[in-house]
Amino acid sequence: MPERRMFLERRSYRMRRAMDALRLWPLVGLALWMVPLLWAVPGEGPGEGTGAPMPMSSALRYIFGVWVLLILGALALWWRTGRGAAEDSAEGGADSPPRQG
Amino acid sequence: MVALNELVLVCLAYVAGLFLVAFWAERAALRGKGGTLLRSPLVYTLSLSIYCTAWTFYGAVGYAARSGLEYVTIYLGPSLVMIGWWWGLRRLVRIGRSQRVTSIADLISSRYGKSNSLAIIVTLMAVIGVTPYIALQLQSVVLSLSIFAANGDGSSYNPVSAALWVAAGLALFTVLFGTRNLNVNERHHGVVIAIAVEAIVKLVASLAVGIFVVWGLGGGVEQTLARVDASAIGEWQVQGGRWAALTLLSAAAFVCLPRMFQVMVVENDEERHLQIASWAFPLYLMLMSLFVVPIAVVGLDLMPPGSNPDLFVLSLPLSQGQNGLAMLSFLGGFSSATSMVIVATLALSTMVSNHIVMPIWLSTRHGSAVQSGDVRQVVLLARRLSILLIIALGVLYYRISGGSAALAAIGTISFGGVAQFLPALLGGIFWRGATRSGALCGLGIGFAIWVFTMLLPSFGVGAALSAETFAQGLWGQSWLRPQALFGISGLDPTVHAVVWSLSLNTLAFVAVSIVSFPDPIERLQGAQFVNVLEHSGPARSWTASVAGSEDLMIMAQRILGAPEAQAFFRAEAEAQGITGGLPEPTPAFVQALERELAGSVGAATAHAMVSQIVGGTSVSVQDLLAVADESAQMLEYSNQLEQKSRELTETAAKLRSANEKLTQLSLQKDGFLSQISHELRTPMTSIRSFSEILRDAGKLTEADKTRYASIIHSETLRLTRLLDELLDLSVLENGQVTLRMGQDRLSDMMDRAVTTALAGAGPALAVHRETETPDVVLHTDIDRLVQVFINLVSNARKYCDAAEPALTIRVSRHDGGLWIDFVDNGSGIDADVQSVIFEKFFRISGEAAEGVGLGLAICQEIMSRLGGQVLYLPKESGTAFRVSLPQSVLVQDAENPGQTPVT
Repeated sequence: MPERRMFLERRSYRMRRAMDALRLWPLVGLALWMVPLLWAVPGEGPGEGTGAPMPMSSALRYIFGVWVLLILGALALWWRTGRGAAEDSAEGGADSPPRQG
Repeated sequence: MVALNELVLVCLAYVAGLFLVAFWAERAALRGKGGTLLRSPLVYTLSLSIYCTAWTFYGAVGYAARSGLEYVTIYLGPSLVMIGWWWGLRRLVRIGRSQRVTSIADLISSRYGKSNSLAIIVTLMAVIGVTPYIALQLQSVVLSLSIFAANGDGSSYNPVSAALWVAAGLALFTVLFGTRNLNVNERHHGVVIAIAVEAIVKLVASLAVGIFVVWGLGGGVEQTLARVDASAIGEWQVQGGRWAALTLLSAAAFVCLPRMFQVMVVENDEERHLQIASWAFPLYLMLMSLFVVPIAVVGLDLMPPGSNPDLFVLSLPLSQGQNGLAMLSFLGGFSSATSMVIVATLALSTMVSNHIVMPIWLSTRHGSAVQSGDVRQVVLLARRLSILLIIALGVLYYRISGGSAALAAIGTISFGGVAQFLPALLGGIFWRGATRSGALCGLGIGFAIWVFTMLLPSFGVGAALSAETFAQGLWGQSWLRPQALFGISGLDPTVHAVVWSLSLNTLAFVAVSIVSFPDPIERLQGAQFVNVLEHSGPARSWTASVAGSEDLMIMAQRILGAPEAQAFFRAEAEAQGITGGLPEPTPAFVQALERELAGSVGAATAHAMVSQIVGGTSVSVQDLLAVADESAQMLEYSNQLEQKSRELTETAAKLRSANEKLTQLSLQKDGFLSQISHELRTPMTSIRSFSEILRDAGKLTEADKTRYASIIHSETLRLTRLLDELLDLSVLENGQVTLRMGQDRLSDMMDRAVTTALAGAGPALAVHRETETPDVVLHTDIDRLVQVFINLVSNARKYCDAAEPALTIRVSRHDGGLWIDFVDNGSGIDADVQSVIFEKFFRISGEAAEGVGLGLAICQEIMSRLGGQVLYLPKESGTAFRVSLPQSVLVQDAENPGQTPVT
């Protein structure tokens, strides 16, 4: 059992946080895409005159905006973690790249 | 207007192009070229796009025209799954690679103890679930053709025959490029490349139509969005339940669809590609769905009321006179349909042939007499027949359903069916407690609910289920209404079906798993699947060869040992009439091999191993090899352990004996020291006493003085002799002595010894010498040997108790060398002291105290230095010693025989 270090090098630390982000990113996407559940739907919920129905253009902008955001985030995370993962797998430890530090 | 014939011509040209591309890719892969392209992440991502079928291409617009933005859920689910690749897909792909999984049925059955019944159930469910989907593709192609036919002369257009022609073409393509090789783990390069090309075509077509609609017809983004807001679907109108349920459903189907599993897991080349696809594939999906709403809105605006919104993508450009764009759009839809059908059929046919046809075929073969034949051909044939069967089923479904239902509805139904695999799949890869019984129950219940609440109602009221059943429930049980199970009514039918089927599926799966107990294979597989990330290294690459003789050979070598296995295979090959090659895996050969293996690993294991390889089921040869390797390693390890423990025991025994020897030596040393101090003190005491008398007593007679002085003198002599001999002995014992080798006749040496020993005062001793052999010349340390002789002769002179002491010296030759026996006529040495006469300071008690008891010890040391030994011969009449010399000291025979008695 190798000795566990209390603190990591800056690079390893950033790598681990990037992997954390990688894991959390789909949850962010799920949360954002489930926001439409809160939008008012015509003909549903009698007596709720509070929210005007969401215009389709706004809905489109929101949904596709989230989509682009998620894609860019995944791209950035791939850029940050993919190379390290590739190096690690080249060294034979493809399993868990961020745990190397 | 585009003539139908023209369109068919373009279509055929396109298909021919696809054939060429696929053919080129197969050839390139065969020659090892084009690797970078064939194995690029781009191709992987594009091949994932078979998720976007004709349903996407045509149906999404229709869906949007009917229900607004709800269509987008079908893409949100897969996007989330891809972005969350780290959680699920990574594990799935790793398992797929390490377990050599060939299909989703294979994965599930393999996880739950390689259960074939489970594989059959999953296969049947997949076929039932996907057949409508294939029918949907045929329908979309036929519909799109009918648009052109309606616009052209259209007289010769027959939808049914068109469907048949399309189906036949697809079957041909799939058979050609999907069953070229047996091994499903091997990439179908031709198919994958063709799919990638089709993916590009449909994306380009979709984007082209979208751009034409937004900028050509809509007048820019802002105007188009304003138009959207003003249209019938201008407001958010998706029910929350449907939004969430459809997102979940599409995510589940994305993982569970046999065709998605095929391209995502089975055809995956590198795990790295998965992460690239994690952003590239959502991008593809986003682009595919970007222009759906504008097209739907503009179509609703421009097209005459009552026209099918499912075909806006095609009819909109056509109505605007954009024939080229319409043609491109048609090709896009055609691509979507064909790529989906090809891969889905491929995946399903693998499942059907591996899990249904092959087991049946193998079981029928068991009963019959042993026949020759190649299993591979049977597998390929089974796969081809399965392809034809599945496409035929699709055509049949299309004919029966009449192509009436909206495209999207069929897609959702299909998704609902395959999503039933999800609990068993996820439970299998994340939860070690999942059991086969649980999976069977979950799948069964989920599938039954799906059939009852989704599939059968889809045929319409009164078709599969009667109107009474809809209103009153099955068998009049009101809680069994297909759209209001357990009396909960008012739900959207899709949400209702998804929620009930998936939740009860999961519940049954978990509950039965908890109460049931898995068998050993299940537990083993469960551990392997769940812990795949911990223990699987970089995946071993699958060799191009089929699971045939070569794999059997490798496995047999691991189990039997290389020479034995090779000899066995060579003998079998000769028996089959093959020279210089491996034998064909005929049933006879495999049975013989199994018997052979059973001798090493037991019958059950051998049967499992061989049947897994030959049966063509999922368990990979590599895994069996790993098992064989492990057992070999363990065997070797335990052998090593045994040897080590043996060595340890030996060492311990040696240590014990060494310790005993040391103790003995220590005792000897103590004895020696006390002996030597005693030996030294006796003469010293008398020397001191007599010298004191000489010093102190004044009136001593001269005679007394002389007597006392001579006593002192003789005692001093004795001391000197003692010290000399001690020194001699210690030199000999320490091995510091250097032998002065020389040559001399034995008789001369004997003469010298006898003369020396008999010199001086003492009892008389008659010496007889008997020489049986001619005199010999010895090459040895002459002086030392003579010293031994002298010692033995003088011992005889000193200790022989006979009235007339006589010594016989007998020289004899034998095989090992020369014996010189010294035998006197005395009473001999008592038996109880015979063993200690060679010890230091041993003296026969009561004898004259002249000797110091070191003579024989010195003799023994000298003889061991000279390579011989001196022994006491107990069987002779008197005291008898034998000096034995090795053969190596003899130089040559000399004359001078006979007896020479010397006095």
